Amino acid sequence: MSVDILMPALSPTMEEGTLSKWLKKEGDTISSGDVIAEIETDKATMEVEAVDEGVLAKILVAEGTEGVKVNAVIAVLAEDGEDASSVTPKANGATSPAKPETSDAVATPAAAEDAPATKGEESAPAAPVRSDPSIPDGTTFTETTVRDALRDAMAEEMRRDETVFVMGEEVAEYQGAYKVTRELLQEFGARRVVDTPITEHGFAGLGVGAAFGGLKPIVEFMTFNFAMQAMDQIINSAAKTLYMSGGQMGCPIVFRGPNGAASRVGAQHSQDYASWYGHIPGLKVIAPYDAADAKGLLKAAIRDPNPVIFLEHELLYGTSFPVPDLDDHVLPIGKASVKRAGSDVTLVAYSRMVGFALQAAEELAGQGIDAEVIDLRSIRPLDTATVVDSVKKTNRLVTCEEGWRFMGVGAEIAASVVADAFDYLDAPPARVHQKDVPLPYAANLEAMSLPSVADIVAAARKVCYVDQE
Amino acid sequence: MATKPKSSKKAPAKSSKADMLEYYRGMLLIRRFEEKAGQLYGMGKIAGFCHLYIGQEAVVTGMQACLKDGDQVITGYRDHGHMLACGLDPKGVMAELTGRSGGLSKGKGGSMHMFSREKNFFGGHGIVGAQVPIGTGLAFANKYKGGDNVSVAYFGDGAANQGQVYEAFNMASLWDLPVIYVIENNQYAMGTSVARASAEVELFKRGISFEIEGEAVDGMDVLAVKEAGERAVKYARSGKGPYILEMKTYRYRGHSMSDPAKYRKREEVDDIRSHHDPIEGLKAQLVEDGHATEDELKDIDKEIKGIVKDAADFSLESPEPDPSELWTDVLRETETA
Repeated sequence: MSVDILMPALSPTMEEGTLSKWLKKEGDTISSGDVIAEIETDKATMEVEAVDEGVLAKILVAEGTEGVKVNAVIAVLAEDGEDASSVTPKANGATSPAKPETSDAVATPAAAEDAPATKGEESAPAAPVRSDPSIPDGTTFTETTVRDALRDAMAEEMRRDETVFVMGEEVAEYQGAYKVTRELLQEFGARRVVDTPITEHGFAGLGVGAAFGGLKPIVEFMTFNFAMQAMDQIINSAAKTLYMSGGQMGCPIVFRGPNGAASRVGAQHSQDYASWYGHIPGLKVIAPYDAADAKGLLKAAIRDPNPVIFLEHELLYGTSFPVPDLDDHVLPIGKASVKRAGSDVTLVAYSRMVGFALQAAEELAGQGIDAEVIDLRSIRPLDTATVVDSVKKTNRLVTCEEGWRFMGVGAEIAASVVADAFDYLDAPPARVHQKDVPLPYAANLEAMSLPSVADIVAAARKVCYVDQE
Repeated sequence: MATKPKSSKKAPAKSSKADMLEYYRGMLLIRRFEEKAGQLYGMGKIAGFCHLYIGQEAVVTGMQACLKDGDQVITGYRDHGHMLACGLDPKGVMAELTGRSGGLSKGKGGSMHMFSREKNFFGGHGIVGAQVPIGTGLAFANKYKGGDNVSVAYFGDGAANQGQVYEAFNMASLWDLPVIYVIENNQYAMGTSVARASAEVELFKRGISFEIEGEAVDGMDVLAVKEAGERAVKYARSGKGPYILEMKTYRYRGHSMSDPAKYRKREEVDDIRSHHDPIEGLKAQLVEDGHATEDELKDIDKEIKGIVKDAADFSLESPEPDPSELWTDVLRETETA
């Protein structure tokens, strides 16, 4: 009986990948555990091991093929005594989620299990309006992933300033758990690209000391979930010392890494910390959405003389956006961006929720509701002026965040808008957010828990009194 | 790298007359300053937490004598002595204790939070143990920039039980960072004796599993401290990596001003005071060696009292910070490109 070999999922968020190399050819005898192929995601090259034994009867996907969907049949294995020339795949190359007897290939990542190779990229919805006065007319743009934009920002600043260095877990030899620091080690060497032990509290504190000592550290947390271990150093040491020293001690440091929910990684690895850090005077908190902002704001963060929390999103790393071809693209911290102009309702979002808000705006446009979308970009300082100006025009507010509602970013924005534009509001502000529970693992519950485009559409319709309760 | 800890040994008196008089003066300044701070606290002029260094003067005085320009110092909240030993103006320190504009942090830091860029004093940290990774980071910066400066991270026997201390030890040893960890073992973490809190009471041995050299030192003898300090500083400065000095010392006063000290017997304190006091010990040696007469030492005492009185007067005359200071120093201005 023949067995299908399927394209394996190599991470929680991977949907497709490149079959870069076959290490076995048709007719080869394969034992369980043999490495049969190499698969490349945009983050890593992984080896695929055979689970079953037999003869490799047919290769269905040639090496070098890109965009091979997870669960597609890539080869067929003839079992003992079977005629290898006569086997055919049972499933025909298509995605087949249920596969009781064909779970044939397991992927072995080269290293840490906590470093999933992600390919869960999202396509960026169109953003009709851009309002970056810092980008001159006539500038050309290059499609760049958020991942590469972040990398380029670090590389440019490290070339510019010898005191800038990056440290964290797996940032150097592994090339970054999410490949954000790819090739930095090769360019800058181990002195400036420093692999740390798994010791968040320790290396966050060490980074603060290095900043006090005249360097400009970029401290990468593999994810911000692990920065909880370092909370004391971030808040008590980095954020407060300038004040406590009467202005003598600055702490120019960037703490960066992925924040928010990834995909099916459960409660401890899925949390939006924007409101946590946003609460602290002495910190700046940035949460960009697109690649141009990621680059321009990370460069600004590295140059900033203050401690900056830079919240990235794993599910945006692989998404491409136009990035201006400028030698030195630096954006001001603390300025929101109007991503889409509209007159009926203001949708305020940050990080990945900006994409959701833009999609919601498209849907709403089809329903005759003209939504304005504001990308906060910075949580602290918070550009309430841009939001208030927008609400004065639209008279309605919907806040969108991946975090919990209680004491959340939306609460702060709503309070500011109520304080500054009370007489302009035609409806109570609405908040879209994660449900007030730890993020569940089960696919259906996870989807129910996280905010969605539909939630934003529904909230917008409600504040526009289209849907009466 | 040898990892066998050395045990404490009596230091030969290598220090010169001038050095010894300098240590005497330094320790006396800390003692008189702290006594005055305690007095001002009792008068309600100093508020909040106030941790006095009385009894431990030899540790910082001896250690600081081993350092050179550009070396950095960081410590916890029992920090007044360290600042004085770093050469900071007693007026600025005392005025910070009284929360006045003339204080080192303009009155915004208080007893536990003072810093000086000029003197390379990096605080003054109120969270137990936090200064250890930060001090290690200062050493990281020294190594990164080249040169041979070292950092000294002081912490107590209580902080020695914090996890982040060992995270820092590991990285310091892994990367051969030029840092000297000075454990000021004053026997009590607040009211908990070392024996009640530490499975291994010889704290210098805590570095063994990180391959860090360490030794115990008589922290009540400034000359012994100086001698061990020289050894540790030379080691770190030469690029060999971190070094641990466990200073066996004792604090006479409570943990803070509100400590009734019920966890130890009066006789224990009296015994240390009468037989191991670092200032009396050095004083006796100065007289015995013929370096100074009782009268000359009395003159020093008088001079120190004058300095401390001036500091106290300044700290009470200096105005409270201007209300506008509430809003300054939260963030640094961003340089405009």
